[in-house]
Amino acid sequence: MNSTAIQVSGLHTVMAGNVVHDGLDLSVLEGETLALIGGSGSGKTTLLRLMLGLMAPQAGEVRVLGHPLGACAKRDLELVQHRRGVLFQQGALFSALPVFDNVALPLRELDAFPKDVVREMVMFALAAVGIAAEHANKMPAELSGGMVKRVALARALVLGPSLLFLDEPTAGLDPESAKAFVRLIRELRRSMRLTIVMVTHDVDVLCALADRVAVLADRRVIAIGPLPEVARLDHPFVRNFFLGHQSQCAEDGLRSYRQSLHEEALHAD
Amino acid sequence: MNAPGSPDPEAPVLLEQGAAGGPGIWAASGNWTLKALAGRFAELERQIGAAARGASGWDLSGIVSLDGTGALLLWRGWGHRRPGGLALRPEHEAIFGALATAPLVPPKPPRGQAGPALWHALLGVADHVLEATRLLGQLCIDILRWASHPREVAWREISANVYRAGAQSLPITGLVGFLVGLTLAYLTAQQLKTFGADVFVVNILGIAVWRELGPMLAAILIAGRSGSAMTAQLGVMRVTQELDALSVMGISHTARLVLPKVLALAVALPLVTVWTSVVMLAGGMLAAKAQLGMDPLQFVRALPAAVPYANLALGFCKAAAFGGLVALVACHFGLRVRPDTESLAAGTTSSVVSSITAVIMLDALVAVIFSDVGI
Repeated sequence: MNSTAIQVSGLHTVMAGNVVHDGLDLSVLEGETLALIGGSGSGKTTLLRLMLGLMAPQAGEVRVLGHPLGACAKRDLELVQHRRGVLFQQGALFSALPVFDNVALPLRELDAFPKDVVREMVMFALAAVGIAAEHANKMPAELSGGMVKRVALARALVLGPSLLFLDEPTAGLDPESAKAFVRLIRELRRSMRLTIVMVTHDVDVLCALADRVAVLADRRVIAIGPLPEVARLDHPFVRNFFLGHQSQCAEDGLRSYRQSLHEEALHAD
Repeated sequence: MNAPGSPDPEAPVLLEQGAAGGPGIWAASGNWTLKALAGRFAELERQIGAAARGASGWDLSGIVSLDGTGALLLWRGWGHRRPGGLALRPEHEAIFGALATAPLVPPKPPRGQAGPALWHALLGVADHVLEATRLLGQLCIDILRWASHPREVAWREISANVYRAGAQSLPITGLVGFLVGLTLAYLTAQQLKTFGADVFVVNILGIAVWRELGPMLAAILIAGRSGSAMTAQLGVMRVTQELDALSVMGISHTARLVLPKVLALAVALPLVTVWTSVVMLAGGMLAAKAQLGMDPLQFVRALPAAVPYANLALGFCKAAAFGGLVALVACHFGLRVRPDTESLAAGTTSSVVSSITAVIMLDALVAVIFSDVGI
């Protein structure tokens, strides 16, 4: 359970002349949910893109599931690609395809299942994220923000990944949909045994999901640990970030918050 | 992950157990996940389907890992219902519960419109013409407003568009014009030579280039180059909600985005046409020298006599009209783009095709009208 899913070591990134990361180290354990927080411009999203292999660092190494990105065999890279799912901030649904085809695309690409099975797999994946069948033929432009996120999550999870990347999972959602979305991720995390790496600014999301929190500042990870520990840290960014949320992020507050979420979920059912 | 051929201890396995003689209990074990099942789905589904007919019970407690695909496989084998005597791990209970309630049949995609395709195509064209006319009317209203409020005229946008569509297109229009002029002169010179009517190469080239080919070639090149860019720009602004942002600021799309483009092309295209025509004639002059041995000086001296002034004015005015038309059609299609990539691609394609068609239709119309006038 405690082997590393992602190992980032000695990362040095320069973007447009600015040093974004300087000797950054980070490891994500298998089965945990790690949250990345940091001020704007602190390189959270860049770090996420590096972990996804969308960018290459100037120096340092990113190992995902034991394979060094950018330096491993094509077969290994494909293996990594099939074992991870990504939820982009804006959903990144294919705007020219209806909801159904968006979710079906990775399955069709895999080309391992007959057509009618793909149809049922897609409908089941949509049902699992709470999208009703009548929305399957809608275009992404016709969906509300919350539904776009749900469909994007269904697409990210349809191949049964073990690693899930979330970029601002609740950005642009109203508090009620945000809560429902967080509950959904909690449920799926339990049933699919996901390792989650997420970037977020939402303290409620941190409280509900994060096992550990990594704080990015000064071009490196200045602290990593359980939320109550990190929230007590004496650093200007951390103080501002948790301003007014200290009691919620302490051990007792955290426990009661998660309990209330759990009860609400039971109530909702 | 395993070497091919070696047995995988976690592979999905289905075995009949115990109950000699009577109906058996089927036990499943291993990993029933998408990765483990890829490629074996159909085979296992058949196996489960066959087993389901005689089975008295199912023991799934040996399954290590189960995901939606694995559960769906069993569900399909069972004929989309829960069989009797099913033993499950408690953590796998939820997924079969979800399968029992999930709608697995996608709704029918909406039908296309009824009626013959030709009728819809005609309706579509009529819709475009109507909409473009409305846009043209709005532009006229905007021009009137500019005339009474000169401070609102978007000079910067106009000049930026003149530079982009005009100045930056000089190399490509020059190159294409030169080659077309060269080719045309070679072909005509060959024919004229057989009749000994060498000098008329100047007349043919002069009239054709100034009156028809120059404006047309420039308009087609600009439609491909700047028209497509205008459609794409407006389309992307729709996709990124920039058009909405302008609306809420109370800034008119037509006055700020469309009118400067239309005016800029109406100004730039005549200038580009003069340049293209001059380079075409230079190409023709070179070919006349090579093919007929005609002195370039003689070619230049014969030109004013061969091309009456009216042709110059006509070519110039036609180019201005073409420029406005190309920009109008491009902006019309740009504003109709819906916020998805497919629509953007289709809109850009239709924009270029329609603006070139519109230019040629207008040219034909002008040719017919002026043949009656006698110029």
